[in-house]
Amino acid sequence: MKKMGKWLAVLTVSLFTLTVAGGALAADTIKLGVAGAHSGDLASYGLPTVNAAKLVVKKINESGGVLGKQIELLIEDDVCKPEVAGNTATKLVSDGANVVIGHICSGATKAALGIYKESKIITISPSATSPDLTLSGEYPNFFRTIAHDAVQAQVQAKYAMETLKIKTLAILHDKGDYGKGQAELAQKYFTEAGAKVVLFEGVTPGAVDYSAIVTKVNSKKPDLVIWGGYHPEASKIITLIRKKKMKTIFMGGDGIKDDTFIKVAGDFADGVYATGPMDISQNPLSIQAKKEHQDAYGSDPGAFYDNAYSATLAILNAIQKAGSTDYAAIIKALQTEDVETPLGKIKFNEKGDATGIGFSVYKIEKGAFVEQK
Amino acid sequence: MDFEYFTQLFLGGLTRGSIYALIALGYTMVYGIIELINFAHGEIYMIGAFTGLIISSVLTMMGMPTLAVIVLAGMAAIIYSCSYGYTIEKIAYKPLRNAPRLSALISAIGMSLFLQNYVLLAQTSDFLPFPSLVPNFAFWEPYSHIISSAELMILLTTLIVMILLTLLIKFTKIGKAMRATSQDKVMASLLGINVDQVISATFVVGSATAAIGGILIASHIGQINFYMGFIAGIKAFVAAVLGGIGSIPGAVLGSFVLGWTESFFTGYISSDYEDVFAFIFLVVILIFRPSGILGRSQAQKV
Repeated sequence: MKKMGKWLAVLTVSLFTLTVAGGALAADTIKLGVAGAHSGDLASYGLPTVNAAKLVVKKINESGGVLGKQIELLIEDDVCKPEVAGNTATKLVSDGANVVIGHICSGATKAALGIYKESKIITISPSATSPDLTLSGEYPNFFRTIAHDAVQAQVQAKYAMETLKIKTLAILHDKGDYGKGQAELAQKYFTEAGAKVVLFEGVTPGAVDYSAIVTKVNSKKPDLVIWGGYHPEASKIITLIRKKKMKTIFMGGDGIKDDTFIKVAGDFADGVYATGPMDISQNPLSIQAKKEHQDAYGSDPGAFYDNAYSATLAILNAIQKAGSTDYAAIIKALQTEDVETPLGKIKFNEKGDATGIGFSVYKIEKGAFVEQK
Repeated sequence: MDFEYFTQLFLGGLTRGSIYALIALGYTMVYGIIELINFAHGEIYMIGAFTGLIISSVLTMMGMPTLAVIVLAGMAAIIYSCSYGYTIEKIAYKPLRNAPRLSALISAIGMSLFLQNYVLLAQTSDFLPFPSLVPNFAFWEPYSHIISSAELMILLTTLIVMILLTLLIKFTKIGKAMRATSQDKVMASLLGINVDQVISATFVVGSATAAIGGILIASHIGQINFYMGFIAGIKAFVAAVLGGIGSIPGAVLGSFVLGWTESFFTGYISSDYEDVFAFIFLVVILIFRPSGILGRSQAQKV
């Protein structure tokens, strides 16, 4: 009986030690949450981010982890729905996530951000483009590795005002969410930059003829026409503009930065400006990231893969540089330390948007988009 | 507002109206004879444009001169569209001639969807570039800022087509037969008119004008896709109703009125609500003249 009590004591003590060791071990990993649409009809936007995070984390763990600690992934699905995203965020917080990559959709991201903010968890999204998420200043814990929707309009305004030296412009759009949204942002930034918007109108997509609106543009004699919308209407309008012998500069967004536009508008497309995402296909890191994906999954990466890859690299780099998972230290590191990513060399501004990524202006020359420096 | 701006809008509206008119003629002729709204008519216009594109690309590659390309591509498109019009009537409408009118209408909508998807699958869902078949005439250059050569060509072609069509209906045997059939099918057949043949001829003539419209507008706008016939068809149908469906001068007038309405509304007010305004106008006209501008008010035959 006495002997048995001794054994029991040993067992209890050893159990206790084990638990302590277990606790110590848990504290030695950094928990990286990955939240986004992983099922449902928008899964194709969210799953590449999971793949990117897995690949980066695997590589970093193999080379010793961050601050000597291994990275542990906590993957949670929000199906891209704001009403689910809150629960997703709560789950990640209670599981002890130190930082979060996500979310994917702007609406879900907004719903989750408040919860992360309360728990002082830094969140970095590869794909949420709603301007307010950073510009409102409401979420100091939020960063992103994608240019927000207003960046395009800002790039257009800057280029047109400073390089093309335009004074007046007409803004046309296709009345759709995307086109009208772009047009309204363009109106805002051009007006702020001091240009005069002489015409702001929507046209009906698929109409038989756009002569009337082109005549109207002609009568206002703007230096520039900004188009918010996709390429089919844009090519009709530019064709009519040039047929009417108008010299007006024509500029559109990523909706017309499509080879189909050049194919359809033909010679009339020459000289048209379009803004589009910066070309990263020549970046060695982007090529390498793509190859890693092909080796691991046997397929080409999907949407926002490079952005997610960059987000993961950026946040892990910031933790490394900060020397801890302390909230303020990581924010400081994100804002001051440059990091090489597939998107190029990036850091973040005080709003949380990555600098050094975004949109370039392209000009169509001899049937091809040429990036303007 | 200066006069030149007004002129430009006026001519722009006239051009747009001409295209509507070329399509609306097909609607109104078919309606006049068998009281059927041929919803597949917009697709005939689209098929005309596609044929024109294919033939003109081939001919241009073979190095034909521009004029030959225009004429041959135009002919090919007309022949092709006419055979489609003829076949559609035989397959989709003839078996339903004595069925309730709703059945034929459904058949027409089905035909329209079928043709759209057929072209989508057989050709492409992409937008295709259409070459400017009409060159910039040197003598017209001084006026080209008011109306381009292509627009001028649209106006002239429409005018010629209208004149030919009027002559056809007023002075030829088949034209007389068409008028007789539209007045009373049974009586016409009793008097030895081959009603089937007359109806086929109507479809063929309507398809030919639609094909011409298709080529002209595609060459003017510079692109086509499989869906282009739908909106054009709806607008032309509205124009035909506006002018008084069944009446040929009515269709032309209705088309011009619709073209001008859209053009002036865009020019002087806003293009945002162009369609809204066009349809409000239609409603207002139909309130005061329920059978259209030139439509005859018909007593229902009992």
